[in-house]
Amino acid sequence: MVEALIRVDGVSKRFGGLLAVDNVSLSIQSGRITALIGPNGAGKTTLFAMISGFLTPSAGRIYHRGEEITGVPPYRLARRGIARTFQIVRPFAGLTVRENIAIGAHLSRRARADALDAATEIAHLVGLVEFLDKPAASLTVAARKRLELARALATGPTLLLLDEVLAGLNPTELAAMVPTIRAIADRGITILMIEHVMQAVMSLAQHVYVLAEGRILTEGSPQIVVGDARVIEAYLGQGAAARLAAAGAVNV
Amino acid sequence: MRAFAPIAVAVGLLAAVPLITASNVVLNFLVVALLTALVGQGWNLLGGYGGQYSFGHAAFFGTGAYVTAILQVRYGVNAWLGFVIGIAAGAAVGTFIGALSFRSGLKGSYFALVTLAFAEVLRIIASVAPITGAGVGTLIKLDLRPEALQFQSRVPFYWIILGLVAVSLLIIRIIQDSRFGAYLVALRENEDAAKALGVNTTLVKLGAMTVSAAIAAAGGCFYAQYFLFLDAGIAYGPWISIEALLAPIVGGIGTVFGPLIGSLVIKTLGELTKLVAGDAPGLDLVIYGCVLILIVAFAPNGVAGLLLKARRCFAVLKSLRSEQPHG
Repeated sequence: MVEALIRVDGVSKRFGGLLAVDNVSLSIQSGRITALIGPNGAGKTTLFAMISGFLTPSAGRIYHRGEEITGVPPYRLARRGIARTFQIVRPFAGLTVRENIAIGAHLSRRARADALDAATEIAHLVGLVEFLDKPAASLTVAARKRLELARALATGPTLLLLDEVLAGLNPTELAAMVPTIRAIADRGITILMIEHVMQAVMSLAQHVYVLAEGRILTEGSPQIVVGDARVIEAYLGQGAAARLAAAGAVNV
Repeated sequence: MRAFAPIAVAVGLLAAVPLITASNVVLNFLVVALLTALVGQGWNLLGGYGGQYSFGHAAFFGTGAYVTAILQVRYGVNAWLGFVIGIAAGAAVGTFIGALSFRSGLKGSYFALVTLAFAEVLRIIASVAPITGAGVGTLIKLDLRPEALQFQSRVPFYWIILGLVAVSLLIIRIIQDSRFGAYLVALRENEDAAKALGVNTTLVKLGAMTVSAAIAAAGGCFYAQYFLFLDAGIAYGPWISIEALLAPIVGGIGTVFGPLIGSLVIKTLGELTKLVAGDAPGLDLVIYGCVLILIVAFAPNGVAGLLLKARRCFAVLKSLRSEQPHG
């Protein structure tokens, strides 16, 4: 078997009395879009924070291309080609869109002019060209999500961790964003996405992990996972799958 | 080169002053204003660009001043060499305090308090340690020779402080257009986002603190040579920490010219209020304080921000005018 790009091995994270992530193992294969879904409070963002170096696991190990990266700080991971976006967007509000993206581009480009040029290029890819000289603080939610994506892309990652880049978008914005993400994957960038918008997960992801109460509930292709009774119950409560089946609502 | 044109113009104008007037009052006023601008520029790099508000730049100013003075008085080191070593010593203190605070993740008011505490500890040590002359202070022997970095007239001092300010303006301008400067601003705006984009925020902050401290220390070295006397309250007192942050805040925080504009405004204001208040003791400080409150309340981006606003208003007015139908 090919070595996974990321391998998470028995990772747990405890916050005081709360076990947010409980002995989770998963692997991300190169060149694919992997999705991480689960109800609110399942520990998705915590798991994400550990993979991206913002939190250190209480137990377990994380490997990147076979090398251990547990506890390695985020800026080092970025240099290894792992970039992330934030669920709650964090623009450099006082800077223009171009300057925002240039910060990411500086990772591999020392000269200011090169970074600013690269920023323009990335803006084309994610559809932010018209906003290039606007202050980031003036952007709409949808544009801010695109800015998160653009900055992360500008670092030239091989793995992109997307934390709910589709949340809060209206149907039109959603329809516009999905092709953008697919275009990024088509450039050969591996993607791990946390997502609640199932329609997007179904159309984008090749592999899905379901996290509930800190544990991996199940994994597989999106079609198989959404039909799983345990997954339905994790979202809708115990017995929901049976009730739905009885009501004839589950007609896969 | 176009980027440096405003600096060349500003320094050129200031350089012309001694050619116009030989008044010691004017020159002394400008020397003190430029000294504040220099120390303020140091603060501006760390506070204005990096968003790390230090309340203890006296620690660097005082170290520069004492090292310059003590090397001359006690070890017979040449003043020029002492000046350079003073700057290096101030920078080293900056690195040290920065390493301690940034590695332990101190931010915002905690960082401000820790820098204040370091400056105060140094002040107390300097007020009792024999090497600084303790309560008596340190007096640099009068030796009016250029080799000893002392001059009969104020004009050479004026050139030197103007030169230092010019260098500090250039340093800030170059940093502003560099990756280091972009990273510094990024971590001011959002530290986590910067980290995620590959910025070693601790290292960038440390670099900014070191350069910032070096600039403030240069001010201290100059102070020692200009006034030839130091005690703990002068070198490490809170007055210089406050002047260091007041000048950029009044002038325009995070801008190249903010500290220079700010210090000229503050010092002019100080002199004017003294004229208005006349002999009433303390009244000038009351007026001074009120005006500062007004500036901070109504021009949060400082004088530079006001100028920018005025220019935009002017541009709008102009476009409105040209749109008006003729006849």
